[in-house]
Amino acid sequence: MKKQLLLWGGASSLILLASAVVSISMGAASLPLSQVWLILLHQLPGMSDLVAVTWPDSSEQIVMKVRFPRVILAILVGACLSLAGAGFQGVLRNPLADPFTMGVASGAAVGAAFLILFGLQFAFLGEWSTPVVAFLTGLCSLWIVLSLAKTQGKLQTETLILSGVVIQAFLGSLVSFMVSLSNQTVNEIVFWLMGSLSFRGWAFTYVLIPYVLIGVIVLVGYARSLNLFALGERQAAHLGVNVDKTKLIILLVSTLLTAAAVSISGIIGFVGLVVPHLVRMLVGPDHRILLPMSAIGGGIYVLWADTLARMLLVPTEIPLGVVTAFLGAPFFAYLLKQNKRTGRR
Amino acid sequence: MIHVRGLQKAYQGVSVLTEIDFDVKRGEFFGIIGPNGSGKSTLLKMISSVIAPDAGEITLADKPLARYTRKELARILAVLEQEGLPPVGFRVREVLEMGRFPYQNWLGEEKDDVTPLIEEIMQLLGLVPLAERTLDQLSGGEKQRVALGKALVQKPQLLLLDEPTTYLDIGYQIQLMDIVRKWQKTTQVTVVAVLHDLNLASLYCDRILMLHKGVQIGVGTPQDMLQTDKIEAVYGTRPIVMEHPVHHLPQIMLQSRA
Repeated sequence: MKKQLLLWGGASSLILLASAVVSISMGAASLPLSQVWLILLHQLPGMSDLVAVTWPDSSEQIVMKVRFPRVILAILVGACLSLAGAGFQGVLRNPLADPFTMGVASGAAVGAAFLILFGLQFAFLGEWSTPVVAFLTGLCSLWIVLSLAKTQGKLQTETLILSGVVIQAFLGSLVSFMVSLSNQTVNEIVFWLMGSLSFRGWAFTYVLIPYVLIGVIVLVGYARSLNLFALGERQAAHLGVNVDKTKLIILLVSTLLTAAAVSISGIIGFVGLVVPHLVRMLVGPDHRILLPMSAIGGGIYVLWADTLARMLLVPTEIPLGVVTAFLGAPFFAYLLKQNKRTGRR
Repeated sequence: MIHVRGLQKAYQGVSVLTEIDFDVKRGEFFGIIGPNGSGKSTLLKMISSVIAPDAGEITLADKPLARYTRKELARILAVLEQEGLPPVGFRVREVLEMGRFPYQNWLGEEKDDVTPLIEEIMQLLGLVPLAERTLDQLSGGEKQRVALGKALVQKPQLLLLDEPTTYLDIGYQIQLMDIVRKWQKTTQVTVVAVLHDLNLASLYCDRILMLHKGVQIGVGTPQDMLQTDKIEAVYGTRPIVMEHPVHHLPQIMLQSRA
């Protein structure tokens, strides 16, 4: 197991690193790959003396102020959404569960849109206020979805997804209502809602890092419990899992990850659905490998989706949510067809 | 091993079980029989602490059931469910390793190497050739053997079987029950089994508890319990009870009334 984790983890980390460098070199001003490598190496502690500056200052500005933070943000948002999706799918044993079908993303979006509408994005807690409010509203919608789905103290998976869809529709209309309320800020809410990573800078990256760390640590800590959940809740209980507590913690952490991602980049669909599926096909159902690989895979996926979003119609940017849905929906349909019979490969 | 006293359970005012009292001795093979809806599965779920009784108490290994944490319980008690395992992508060996969960720390580590234990159980159940197959590639009988293997890997003192042979044909039924009995002889595990096949219950159980509409009809040996009048009163059909020519235990034959 450990060997497998090292192998997959190493390989995917290399792909992630290479993707990041290639993505940074792409843009309105194209930079040579070697230059990007050197600029990044130069930033590492202790390396600034070893790497001679052979590039124009403008290149360093583009890399360090514009593209690098955006790439890192894309990776973090992807990791958040993908982990949340894997968490929801694992604990609900439902391949269709993800931050969006659960209504959590819409819940978070309501809170964030409210703040944008009244220009309060940075009130109270600075750049932390949007994620915190989004987490609270996301949690509220999760709570409503759960209590709607609860019949006789039990959570049925099908009812849960159904109530998620209902709440999502309701909250979606709330957000649309807020969009029509605002005159000047219309474009800001709409563009944020469709998902974008532009002009976010480093501050947002620092906000996301603790979320991703908490998410990875907690979820991986519960990986073995999630494996037992795959056999059924009662089987898990018979094997010594405290089912209710485990469920609650995983739902909370997945909501936290969703809220963090949504509050920074709006609604980016299909990441939490597609990436864990794809990873499962590659590495199997074991959550001890599946969860960390989903985080890295989500990073790679959103990184490339964002690169496409800013490159495809240069100088116009396509909303990131449009790209992920455009890539994700057909791909998911394909997966569904292919994966119907085979569970592992 | 188990003491059950004054157990009661009702769902929305409808009584499911009333006044259940019995003891199960250590190392015993104890059967629970009764027609559909007699409350036998509910009783088993209460012993495995999945549902709580409205009144009464269950004591397991001299400690009230309610005082066990889930993990402590999983080190004493393992359950083989009727439905078997879902067709997921885990390999047979991985599923057996899951049986060690109650003994592992949060890193998934355990003091002793459990590979010999898992190998032994795979040998016993004939799972060695299937070790690297995934659950979704197995037949119902094979999956039920894997589920039993997982329960045995838990090294329980008490093994609960909930109609374990329901979806199996006769060859697999005897095979599964024989494996349980063989394992019982070497480990002194106590077995409590809900069975709907009275002939199987007679062949394997030391004592049998008979339930009817949530009421305990009696507890006794197969000879005591499998009598024509008792079966007719509970099941509503009058069978012929005969002695098994080899095992000298009661076996029933059904009679058509048409």
